[in-house]
Amino acid sequence: MQRFAGLLDRLSTTQSRNTRIALIADYMRTTPDPDRGFALAALAGDLDLRTAKPALIRDLAATRTDPELFRLSYDYVGDLAETVALMWPVERPGNETPRLADVVGALGAAKRGAVAGLVERWLDRLDPTGRWALLKLITGGLRVGVSARLARTALAEIGTPDLAEIEEVWHALAPPYTELFAWLEDRGPKPDLQSALVFRPMMLAHPLEADDRTGFEPGDWRAEWKWDGIRVQLALRPGEARMFSRTGDDITGAFPDLADNVAGHAVLDGELLVMRPDGTGSFNDLQQRLNRKTVSARQLRELPVGIRLYDILLDGADDLRDLPFDARRARLEHWLAANPSSRLDLSALVPVTTLDDLDRLRTSPPHPAIEGLMLKRADSTYRAGRVKGLWYKWKRDPLTVDCVLMYAQRGHGKRSSLYSDFTFGVWRGAELVPVGKAYFGFTDAELAELDRFVRANTVDRFGPVRAVKPELVLEIACDGVQRSTRHKSGVAMRFPRISRIRTDKPAAEADVLETVERLIPE
Amino acid sequence: MIRPQDWLQAHPRGLYCVPGDFWIDPSGAVDRAVFTHGHADHARPGHGAVLATRETIAIAKARYGDRAGQSFQELAYGAVLDLGGVTLRLLPAGHVLGSAQVVLEHAGQRVVVSGDYKRRRDPTCPSFEVVPCDVFITEATFGLPVFRHPPADQEIARLLASVTTFPDRCHLVGVYSLGKCQRVIRLLREAGHDGPLYLHGAMEQLCGLYEAMGVGLGDLRPVIGTPKAELAGQIVLCPPGSLADRWSRRLPDPVTAAASGWMRVRARARQHGAELPLIISDHADWDELVQTLDEMRPGEVWVTHGREDALVHHATTVGIPARALRLVGREDGEDG
Repeated sequence: MQRFAGLLDRLSTTQSRNTRIALIADYMRTTPDPDRGFALAALAGDLDLRTAKPALIRDLAATRTDPELFRLSYDYVGDLAETVALMWPVERPGNETPRLADVVGALGAAKRGAVAGLVERWLDRLDPTGRWALLKLITGGLRVGVSARLARTALAEIGTPDLAEIEEVWHALAPPYTELFAWLEDRGPKPDLQSALVFRPMMLAHPLEADDRTGFEPGDWRAEWKWDGIRVQLALRPGEARMFSRTGDDITGAFPDLADNVAGHAVLDGELLVMRPDGTGSFNDLQQRLNRKTVSARQLRELPVGIRLYDILLDGADDLRDLPFDARRARLEHWLAANPSSRLDLSALVPVTTLDDLDRLRTSPPHPAIEGLMLKRADSTYRAGRVKGLWYKWKRDPLTVDCVLMYAQRGHGKRSSLYSDFTFGVWRGAELVPVGKAYFGFTDAELAELDRFVRANTVDRFGPVRAVKPELVLEIACDGVQRSTRHKSGVAMRFPRISRIRTDKPAAEADVLETVERLIPE
Repeated sequence: MIRPQDWLQAHPRGLYCVPGDFWIDPSGAVDRAVFTHGHADHARPGHGAVLATRETIAIAKARYGDRAGQSFQELAYGAVLDLGGVTLRLLPAGHVLGSAQVVLEHAGQRVVVSGDYKRRRDPTCPSFEVVPCDVFITEATFGLPVFRHPPADQEIARLLASVTTFPDRCHLVGVYSLGKCQRVIRLLREAGHDGPLYLHGAMEQLCGLYEAMGVGLGDLRPVIGTPKAELAGQIVLCPPGSLADRWSRRLPDPVTAAASGWMRVRARARQHGAELPLIISDHADWDELVQTLDEMRPGEVWVTHGREDALVHHATTVGIPARALRLVGREDGEDG
């Protein structure tokens, strides 16, 4: 545990990607199984301990620290695990520090009521860095700037197999990955993929920038609508269907209506959407089906989901990913004709004439659930990740609304000393009503400016939140506006972000609620 | 009956002693000032008469030259002075070379002004002395229970281990130029690092002054003029603000380290751009603040600057009346 803590500690302050890779690779090379496998799972976000909620840590802290001192400390540090790790009153750490595998094993076997006792005993035996790592681990938020991909990139450093090979087998494996390490270290065979329905890394697109438009040859490109749903991968074999999110999470369980109505043997790429007999639903409709453990009969009836197919990766055991787009498209059409389903349809190809025509289509798409165009090279093979020059997304321009800053809250982590979470509103008569909250979109310099404004214009405080004088206008960009019963204003924005600070604009000239309501698609 | 706050008043710009007609560490120019130590947020330029230890006066003169003040009076640790019916003594505060607590007695009452202080050993200055008193006026820079500094030699060992791990890279350590710089150098010497240490130009003058005051620092060399290749595997000390500026481009692939109590909190370490945060502080950590209140058992506590809420809460909890003075101009000093 202390070794893993040391790794996390270095990672948390190391910016350089190469140094991070070197630190992780060094740890993986020098740490035995199964500790390193659990560490890898933790870094890659695949260690699901499910046992410790932040409330448990708060409760433990409450038994060992003064509540007022805890409150002040947490407000300053901005991170629960770190606060508790630093404050935890230990006379001297014990000499029996737990191993990472012991922690994972004990938590897996523990009954719900026994977890707090285990954690308390471990906290008493670890030093502050070890305590921090333990608490991060069991609450599932390491946040040391390591993506699953970076962790796998580090694995590619320790043996012969390269990153693409590791990515391919990754989703067929589970912690502590002993067979993976055996393969990497030439002590075992390549893990077998055929025996399971596994996620294959998906191909992603870059936003189309001005530079990408020069020398555009219409004949080289294919265009499709960019539907505003959830990108998914559907893996099928006789008697079994699994659906994965873009990041490889298995989301089949939440969509039994889909899984029960598709059949075949293939791996398909498409957009999950609400598909009613009368047409495609909005993202807002789909959202009501997301993040649910159980689905009601009513939802299944009123919000049926389907997949609009974009691509085919495997047809039976036949891997099509090295074929060009046009050839895959033909195979996809053929496959769907042979395996029809009420829950599957084909993403239409949009004729490609000139960029100007595409631009017009992009800005005024024929359906409100379309958020722009996808441009794909006709000869593009299916490559994992975001490969430059093959696929582009060309989104509808964002909507913008001029809002007035109302409240600010200190950020967490790196931003814990800055006011970086902003709530803003628009005018309803003489009153400001909040319409959204944003914590990105600005540069570091703009963040410093916003932070200064907040500190100099605070009129009230509610815990960590400051109310400010309604004087600063922010231009907020968003991908859409929806009706919302959660907000007092009755509207909510999708992906709001601060696009500009409008110090040039007096607050009285910010937008009114009626203007925002007109942006709601009917 | 006269109360301590009647003869020692807390103003936003500093503490003012009424019968003695002098200010302690004032944030604006005054006729008569007492400096607890030489850091810029305590010793400011432009005053008339200045009273301080010999070392603090030397530091102020070195930093400010002619602007340091019009006249100076040195007072040795422990020597007693009468100023308008107030007796004044300076006692070691253990913060940096020359740092002092100000002990004031008047009307049968004793007030101790801590200035900045720490309780652990520092090879560059004498240790804090505990004096019983009616009012203890304390700093609280690290006045939160999350600030608990590990032993400094353990942090120096981490730095030296990293130097061994990356022999082709240079280790650039951000240190405040007065106090932290010289303490880190002495700690490195005590850990057996006898070779040359390289200095940013801004550190040279004060290192020279420490040496002149009898604090030996060993083989120090300027970075400027040293070939890049020679700095591989070496330790370079620079002001915290120079860690990320263009100056550091002359160094071979530096590992950036920073030595400060703020490094205890990760978000702060990241803000400083420190890849290797070293938790070495010249201020009392939470445990030292608590220990000091416990040993001094003052009649009441006033907190000058820092995270005063938590310390006021703690003092009240253990039965010592406490309040925050909220002086201006002393926020989150870089000397952490």
